[in-house]
Amino acid sequence: MATQVVMPKLSPTMEEGQLSRWLKKEGDKVSMGEPLAEIDTDKATMEMQALSNGVLRKILINEGESAPLGQPIAIIGEPDEDISSLLKEVPAKAPPAPSADAPKESEAAPPEAVEAKPSQSSAPPQASEPPTQSGRDDGRQLVSPIAARMAAEAGVNLKSLQGSGPGGRIVKRDIEAAMKSKPASAPRAAALRGAVTPRSDHKGAVYGPSGYRDEPLSEMRRTIARRLVTSLGPVPHFFLTSEIDMERAADMRVAINELYPDLKLSVNDIIVKVAAAALIQHPQVNASFQDKTVRYYEHADIGVAVATENGLITPIVRAADQKPLLEIASEVRELAERARSRKLKPEEYTGATFSISNLGMFGIDEFTAVINPPEGAILAVGAMTPRPVARDKEVVVRQTMRVTMSCDHRVIDGAVGAQFLRTFKQIMENPMYVFLN
Amino acid sequence: MSSQTTERMPKSNTSAGGAAGVLDAPVEDPKPTQVPSLTIEEDRETLLKILHQMILIRRFEEKCAESYSLGKIGGFCHLYIGQEAVGVGAISALRDDDYVITSYREHGQAIAKGISPEAVMAELYGKAGGCSHGKGGSMHLFDKDVNFLGGHGIVGGQIPLGTGIAFASKYQETDKVTLCFFGEAAVNQGAFHESLNMAQLWKLPCIYICENNQYGMGTSLARAMSLQNVSQKAAAYEMAAEFVDGMDVLAMRRVTQRAIKRARESYLPTLIEARTYRYMGHSMSDPGNYRTRAEIEKYQERDPIKVFTATLKENELLSDKDIADIESRVKEQVERSVRFAEESPEPDPSELYTNVYANPIEN
Amino acid sequence: MAVMTMRDALNQALREELARDKSVFLMGEEVGEYQGAYKVTRGLLEEFGPKRVIDTPITELGFTGLGVGAAMAGLRPIVEFMTFNFSILATDQIINSAAKMLYMSGGQFKIPIVFRGPGGSAYQVSSQHSQSIESWYAYIPGLKVVMPSTPADAKGLLKSAIRDDDPVIFIEQERMYGMKGEVPEDEDFSIPLGVAEVKREGTDATIVARSLMVPVALKAAEELAKDGVSCEVIDPRTIRPLDINTIVASVKKTNRVVIAEESHPFASVGAEISAEINERAFDYLDAPVKRVSGIDVPMPYAKNLERMAVPDVAEIIAAVRAVAYL
Repeated sequence: MATQVVMPKLSPTMEEGQLSRWLKKEGDKVSMGEPLAEIDTDKATMEMQALSNGVLRKILINEGESAPLGQPIAIIGEPDEDISSLLKEVPAKAPPAPSADAPKESEAAPPEAVEAKPSQSSAPPQASEPPTQSGRDDGRQLVSPIAARMAAEAGVNLKSLQGSGPGGRIVKRDIEAAMKSKPASAPRAAALRGAVTPRSDHKGAVYGPSGYRDEPLSEMRRTIARRLVTSLGPVPHFFLTSEIDMERAADMRVAINELYPDLKLSVNDIIVKVAAAALIQHPQVNASFQDKTVRYYEHADIGVAVATENGLITPIVRAADQKPLLEIASEVRELAERARSRKLKPEEYTGATFSISNLGMFGIDEFTAVINPPEGAILAVGAMTPRPVARDKEVVVRQTMRVTMSCDHRVIDGAVGAQFLRTFKQIMENPMYVFLN
Repeated sequence: MSSQTTERMPKSNTSAGGAAGVLDAPVEDPKPTQVPSLTIEEDRETLLKILHQMILIRRFEEKCAESYSLGKIGGFCHLYIGQEAVGVGAISALRDDDYVITSYREHGQAIAKGISPEAVMAELYGKAGGCSHGKGGSMHLFDKDVNFLGGHGIVGGQIPLGTGIAFASKYQETDKVTLCFFGEAAVNQGAFHESLNMAQLWKLPCIYICENNQYGMGTSLARAMSLQNVSQKAAAYEMAAEFVDGMDVLAMRRVTQRAIKRARESYLPTLIEARTYRYMGHSMSDPGNYRTRAEIEKYQERDPIKVFTATLKENELLSDKDIADIESRVKEQVERSVRFAEESPEPDPSELYTNVYANPIEN
Repeated sequence: MAVMTMRDALNQALREELARDKSVFLMGEEVGEYQGAYKVTRGLLEEFGPKRVIDTPITELGFTGLGVGAAMAGLRPIVEFMTFNFSILATDQIINSAAKMLYMSGGQFKIPIVFRGPGGSAYQVSSQHSQSIESWYAYIPGLKVVMPSTPADAKGLLKSAIRDDDPVIFIEQERMYGMKGEVPEDEDFSIPLGVAEVKREGTDATIVARSLMVPVALKAAEELAKDGVSCEVIDPRTIRPLDINTIVASVKKTNRVVIAEESHPFASVGAEISAEINERAFDYLDAPVKRVSGIDVPMPYAKNLERMAVPDVAEIIAAVRAVAYL
């Protein structure tokens, strides 16, 4: 039975997609799960897989053209099957492929020639239909409400799952299985005891978005939020700047790179780790404003701003508080590479709890960054530069770095932000701390 | 027991009581000039009070009709005009702690039992100051303080209820009696027969007053009832019965007094059929095409207020000045009731949800 | 604790409440000299006399209205319907009088009355004597509707119903009068109206059942447990007001729900519970709410047909398996 292939939703914010490249041409055999095309979304270039078996009978949009979500872009069917009724359903405004040979083929199948049979594949699925029919034929994915919620919370990509319920409905157990197939979920952050959190066994762990607890807004918090929003705009920013002595961090970086030359550990990697450690000590900063609640995260999922040709994207190091520095370093490297080649998956760049933007490589001394909502704060990192500083009443020249934290005042008050920044500075100036942790 | 009851059947009432105004048989053509010749035993104050109440109810309901036409009163509005003698005469025989329960044509009985015209009018206006706080309306006037147990909207529905109230009086070993009013159309309901059976079987102090105004809505008695002498139906339950001219307030009072005595002293029920007539339609939306103007006028000649006024004047108990005084006091009372209703606030919106349960359970 | 039948538990509740409060009286067909058509009122006439335990004529509308009137005047009647099938004759007084009196009198006349008797499916008495009509009464604001499923619940809930100031429809399951269970003998024992009970805890699916369906659901849960399927069985006990919170909390935990009821499915109490779950716990559902109901025909006489008309353990098991995708 012939089916339409529609423009799929490949990112949370995607409204239309551009067909970057067809990986099959008309007449090619395709089987379910096989890559069919590459689609440029607003964030990345992603592969689109075939959802049925057959032959790619008809391509409805050309490479370089865009289509809104849900619009048919191709038809897959049996080699000799009549697809005229499906072709008729293609919206008129979707231009037939103007490529050299395509028009001929569409003319060869005059729409009126065949008796108009109601298309079954495009009919909305009915509740009473037997469960043998795939619920995804019409582009809809059947998901039970609880499964949808769990998937959203656990960062499981529903598109990657095959539902086991009737009509291919994705149900709770499918999500549970998907979560199990990932390594054990992130251990809960242990209660802070002093400055040192016990180290957990994380080797090789893959982390989903951080767990969290929502606490109702206090009346005072609500008032602060309301007043600041009306004065400063949707997210009321304030800024805190600190100058950090980077001698030890710089030494440490050099030392580690001597041991692991391939790693190319950067100062920024150390900053990610230190920020994560400080966030765990200051959970009020590892938080976001959620309209009726303030959400406190269990882990520090650090967004690292990466400049690409197409603009800024912020891949996330999940649970950076749990990961050793070396793992962070290689992960950042890998994420940045994929960001530049637009291969990031949506869940890899959405849902950080805190972000770091480093413009030091451009020689910027200090700057302010704009918070990426709903995160509560972002740290803007300037260049590490030798500067004269006072030490023991004498002026000496030290490697220093200025950081400016932008805080969402609805969540973070000045003193809270300042305390966090003080911890950040302390650890940054004594970076061996991250190995104790 | 059975012989006593039989003695109290209509035919023997005249001989037993010797009271004029207690009729032998249904009146097909009531004599327009009929004046009760029964002995007046009441003092003047009582008599003037009765007259005052009848006039008050008449003028009050004339005002109701006006307010209804102005849209101040909504829903159904069943007027009692023409039937005042039945309610006033019967209720005048009660003690304050006795009970009254009745149908939806109950404005007159409510006022006669002691609900203030203000509280009744405010209820008709759907206001918080109404006797049912605006939740009942014309058909559901209640006042626990004066033992007026409602206005009930389903034809005959109040008859088992009245029986139960009387049951309670006996259970509680009091000598309170219950007057249970209903129209003759309710007699065809099973509830009537089930109730009378139990009341006589268990000897309950309930006085059933059938206000036979000869029309069940638009259907005349002759078209609806095989045996049209309602009082005779008491025989089926061996119950005492009275047949009375419902246009004669003193006759009404007299038969009720007899029934009350039976009820108070012996826990015995009575069925009273009061032949009466309503001048107005069944409700305010009645086209009235089922009877003639002449028929209405014929009964209006025997208007209960007119008849009672004539009796009192004949006995030199009432002067023209007394009448003028009553009319002027009544006018003031009716105006006050309208003013009160107008000024009374609407029920608070929160009242929508109250009084569904006496013991609400939060869930 | 004593082990007794539901019949005796109800009898005990009636006896204790008649003894406790002189304004309580019991009336109905054959409640006195005959000792109760189902023997629930056995011995009460002898103990409390004919003033308190009253045999009525077969006149349901009449004695129901009489009871409501007595309640208006301060008594606390218990009206027994020989079966709830006969209450249909009295619905005008239950619905138009009892349920609405407090409201339409602006709060002046409360109606503390209990209408009780057997209901639901019986054994081979055909269509007019074997049916479930609780949803009719549960529809009416002003009424409370109670359906016990154990002897202890029967006693505790009946005592609360008698002490309650509102009209309570108390439906005993005709097939369950002989069911035995432990019952507290403490005279102060009562179970509040409007509170559901978790009859069995579980994690994989919730079965909401009332009256006769509770033991059937528990049996189904036991069978399913052998296959590793853990069912939570909830008995609302009071149908109106419904303790929806307990049900919703369970559904949020298990994500799957089966509603088992003897009654016909259309516009049933189960339909209402399903709607409530949909409104309050939609995001927690892993499968559509499934109902197991009595079939949508009048009750047949023939034994084999009758058996088919009432839900059984196998149907509940199949429903749980369906919602759990097993």
